[in-house]
Amino acid sequence: MKLDGGFFRQEAARLLATLTRAFGMANLALAEDVVQETLADAFETWSYQGVPPHYAALLTTAAKNRAIDVFRRQRTARRFAPELQWHIESEWALAPAVEAMFLPDALKDDELRMMFTCCHPRLGEDVQVALVLHLLCAFGVEEIASAFLVSPSAIEKRISRGKKLLSESGQLFELTRADFLPRLSAVHRALYLLFNEGYHGASALAVVRGDLCRDAMRLVRLLVDHQPSATPTTYGLAALMWLVAARLPARIDQAGNLKDLFEQDRSMWDEQLLGEGMRFLERSASGDMITEYHVEAAIAGMHSAAGEARATPWADILELYDVLMKIRPSPVVALNRAVAIAQHQGPAKGLEAVRAIEDAGRLTTYPFYPAVLGELELRCGHVEVARKHFQEAHRLARNQGERRFLDNRIEDCTPKTVPGRQDPVRR
Amino acid sequence: MSEFVFLYRRPAKDRTVQQMQESMQKWQAWFKTMEQSGHLANYGQPLDTKGGRVVKDKQGGYTDGPYAETKDIVVGYSVIKAKDYDEAVALTHGHPIFDQDGMVEIRPLFKMEA
Repeated sequence: MKLDGGFFRQEAARLLATLTRAFGMANLALAEDVVQETLADAFETWSYQGVPPHYAALLTTAAKNRAIDVFRRQRTARRFAPELQWHIESEWALAPAVEAMFLPDALKDDELRMMFTCCHPRLGEDVQVALVLHLLCAFGVEEIASAFLVSPSAIEKRISRGKKLLSESGQLFELTRADFLPRLSAVHRALYLLFNEGYHGASALAVVRGDLCRDAMRLVRLLVDHQPSATPTTYGLAALMWLVAARLPARIDQAGNLKDLFEQDRSMWDEQLLGEGMRFLERSASGDMITEYHVEAAIAGMHSAAGEARATPWADILELYDVLMKIRPSPVVALNRAVAIAQHQGPAKGLEAVRAIEDAGRLTTYPFYPAVLGELELRCGHVEVARKHFQEAHRLARNQGERRFLDNRIEDCTPKTVPGRQDPVRR
Repeated sequence: MSEFVFLYRRPAKDRTVQQMQESMQKWQAWFKTMEQSGHLANYGQPLDTKGGRVVKDKQGGYTDGPYAETKDIVVGYSVIKAKDYDEAVALTHGHPIFDQDGMVEIRPLFKMEA
């Protein structure tokens, strides 16, 4: 049997969400222990003669039995979820009550509740994302740290700060609450950041990054499938993720080299994801609100629709970047806009736009800032200046893939190769 | 051919889901090579490491243990066929337990000469 890498993490997250509902948010650590023990036992057993076909049901049953056991042993020592209190005290009502909590539909809602709970407004976005990765994707502290190139102790701090606040808040977020919509937009943001970390992030490992993208997509899929959270904005976010993820197979070539949008082999783009992404994009258009996700999805959609890099409608894309700068200005958006200007109006105009970026100070550690400068200078024929920018970018590069990408650019700045470049697009 | 019991020993340690899954897949792969090369007599079983009792006298007096904190707790066993110790040792090559700070204790089963 072939098991996808994320499968067991997904099961773990599902069980954790339901056990947390059963035990109450204040007993999150207890729920985590039960999940850990359930999975550890299963993996030990399956290490010998393989994973049985109905593994998911077996895991659910094992977790359920452990939960019943915990209630029996600790019903006087701990306070559990209030709606369960009565059932716990009565022996004959206990098993059916726990049974009902583990029905498939309930399981799905629990994950949504957990997702909304993690995006508590009093937590910073970095904490929210760390919690989502830890509690809804079952990543360990070190795994999260390696994805973000942050020290494990920093991640540990974020997670424990988050958990402390959640356990004080007492309960999982109820999906019928009045502040559902504002909370939904915090969820969108966290999932967007999670996906971006997978696509543009620091980790050198393609596996890690693919996992982050897939996890973000799995969680967005839950939002899409739940009617109240399936808003036009949710569809916009889904469209963005699906359309961009469709390019993942072409992003790193067989030799492990990073390929940017212009040099990717577009025949390797995932047709199915593209199709689904386009359908999400259509459904995102039903509201009267335009969010950054809509705009970014529209840009991704234009790249997808262009059969080849040369056919990209740069004027339209530039207009979308202008809109994006109005809704959610950031130096990274401004940098991407400058690239679009360079494509549309030439590298000199592009350079002007890069130099006009207002808070470029925030880009001083971002390797693609000097990389874009280098690319545009090179196209203006300023080889020496270009080389210096690429060397700076190389110094800032966060992983081997980026370094190799920039090695090639520095190589391009040696005089003998420049005249050979016929098509002066940013590669 | 002689038969050897492989006793798997390793310290108990919390692992992430991903690590547990990867370890599981490596164990399965190792068993598969044993099976395909005709060395597997019996898969054996994993042992629950969370508890246990050591009975010390005929009145049933016991102590709890081995404790999970104990290093090199026996976490399972298999029965492997090999010509001699050298081959048995060679068969442990690539066993994932070594990635988990563990070890394999090889003990021959008695064989009555016919």
